[in-house]
Amino acid sequence: MHDVLTTCVYCGCGCGLYLHVEDAKVCGSQPSRHHPVSRDNLCVKGWHIHESVNHPDRLTTPLIRKGDALVPATWEEALDFTAQQLGSIRDQHGGKAIGVLASAKCTNEENYLLQKFARTALNTNNVDHCARL
Amino acid sequence: MAGLATTFGSGAMTNSINEIENAEVILVSGSNTTEAHPQVARRMLDAVDRGARLIVIDPRRTRLAECAHLHLALRPGTDIPLLNAMMRVLLDEGLADDLFIEMRTENFLALRDMLNRLDLEATAALTGVPLALISQAAQLYGRARKAVICYCLGVTQHVCGTENVQTIANLAMLAGHIEKEDTGVDPLRGQNNVQGACDMGALPNMLPSYQAVANQDYRDKFERAWGVSLPEAPGKTLVEMTHGGAQGSIRGMYIMGENPMLSDPTLKKVEETLRGLDFLVVSDIFLTETARLAQVVFPAACFAEKSGSFTNSERRVQMVRQAVTPPGECRADSEIIMELSGRLGYGMEYNSSAEVMEEIAMLSPIYGGMHHDRLDQSWGLQWPCWDRSHPGTPFLHKYYFTRGRGHFMPAGHTAPGELPDPEYPLLLMTGRIYHHYHTGTMTRKSERLTRECDHAVLQINPADAKAHGLRQGESVRLSSRRGEITLAAEITDQVATGMVYTTFHFHEAPINLLTNDAFDTGSGCPEYKVCAVRVKKMVNS
Repeated sequence: MHDVLTTCVYCGCGCGLYLHVEDAKVCGSQPSRHHPVSRDNLCVKGWHIHESVNHPDRLTTPLIRKGDALVPATWEEALDFTAQQLGSIRDQHGGKAIGVLASAKCTNEENYLLQKFARTALNTNNVDHCARL
Repeated sequence: MAGLATTFGSGAMTNSINEIENAEVILVSGSNTTEAHPQVARRMLDAVDRGARLIVIDPRRTRLAECAHLHLALRPGTDIPLLNAMMRVLLDEGLADDLFIEMRTENFLALRDMLNRLDLEATAALTGVPLALISQAAQLYGRARKAVICYCLGVTQHVCGTENVQTIANLAMLAGHIEKEDTGVDPLRGQNNVQGACDMGALPNMLPSYQAVANQDYRDKFERAWGVSLPEAPGKTLVEMTHGGAQGSIRGMYIMGENPMLSDPTLKKVEETLRGLDFLVVSDIFLTETARLAQVVFPAACFAEKSGSFTNSERRVQMVRQAVTPPGECRADSEIIMELSGRLGYGMEYNSSAEVMEEIAMLSPIYGGMHHDRLDQSWGLQWPCWDRSHPGTPFLHKYYFTRGRGHFMPAGHTAPGELPDPEYPLLLMTGRIYHHYHTGTMTRKSERLTRECDHAVLQINPADAKAHGLRQGESVRLSSRRGEITLAAEITDQVATGMVYTTFHFHEAPINLLTNDAFDTGSGCPEYKVCAVRVKKMVNS
């Protein structure tokens, strides 16, 4: 078993915690003793953070809608179809017809890339996230 | 955020979380801190143990309010009159910090004139808090050497959210409680990286590091760096996008790791809008209520399966480190975005999140010295961090405000968008609980968290419960002009008569079917803290 020091995802406090990794699975967590926020303490959500990581309901393949159902597809199909759909909306109605929601749960780097993608590739400033909810 | 940006120049906590435990007086407004920010609450209670005085402004008797020396149980939506009354007391008692006001602020006369015209008795009566208690709180805050104000969504989720925040800023500046260590104004950010998402420019009117879209110079800078011409007009806010209607101007949406089908107000409108789109793509780790409506769903890697950084509420940018490989075919959102961008004719290539951060540092002054190698070897860095040798900034506005001088923004009372009436006689407030996080997409997958709490409850005062013939745990039908849900009653005097309270974590009882879509024009924040509802006991359920 080994530990990986990372940052909790459950609130704006941003506790430092160790993820216990065994057989390539996250199997538990523990607070960092010296981290300035967590100081050897986690709330109940942080102590059970691994449970959602390994949950059997995790999405594991791309899905494309066929009629009423979402059916598994390859990455190529899903990405090509998405690019073609967003591209045609952009070309027909302009970027202002596309809306992009970034995420307060994703990393800085991902949010940076998503707003850059919205403003460059999609040519729209319609980008926001649930900062106020 | 809009509120502090206009008064101080930066929409973020002015202090570090650890500074709170050194304050002499802590004023908490609209924050259920023990449940939503456990580590911050720990600092507050530690401070109380050391002799600090705690003042809580909240309509509910929260756990923190029970520990408070003064609990100001105001009527929901009367934050501005309450704070204005406190400021008037400071003026009358000679507790205004004249030197600070003279040296560091502007527009004070407008505030002073407004306060002097105030009918103190009438203002206090509006809030439902006895004037003596308001006066006591004002004097406690005003006389402290080191005082912090912590506030959260109870302040911002009102039609006048921006003015509420500005009024808090007015109070802090009037008392001179800013610019020093252990003293300041601290908005507690709800989600783990809400500060970071704002910093990164995931906002319709701001490029990264709060460089306004409307400013030609900033657009020029990013156009040169990115090699494209950028749209000039600020975009639509979240609620404008999700409430556009089936035939709205937005025809396609890309939603990354958000669940507006539970989190946004007036869900019926959100559903109608999302179903009416020509195309919806959702990237998430679980099949959320929103993903179910999509044409394409991308399986995303979760925090344990990728690297990058989060920025916490105290502006601390910290590393997220990959512990395991993603399950199945999941990919990190950054990879997905790069794939799509290439296909849409704008190539983006980065070999690592560290490389993305190099670009962020180059274009965002407040992240100028944030590089992964530095973050990796420390407990993170607090912005502003201007360059590689800058140590980061534990507290803001030392010597001068980000915007130069602090700007007083006097405001008067604004009534909520909807108040109880004979047809819908109760006032509904929504919020969070300790065991769950946001729309429950992750926490409700946890067996132990679910064991502790697995259903929504409606907090109702014993007198109201009696009037409706309700007993503990019985099912009630809760309805507003916009929708209805069924949930269990929890009879408690944490809520006053005439008020009920519940959470938005549970898809079985989606409270946002009921909430009002009135929102704050300054920030786009919906009014989750006030709407009118009625309850009805369910028979034989």
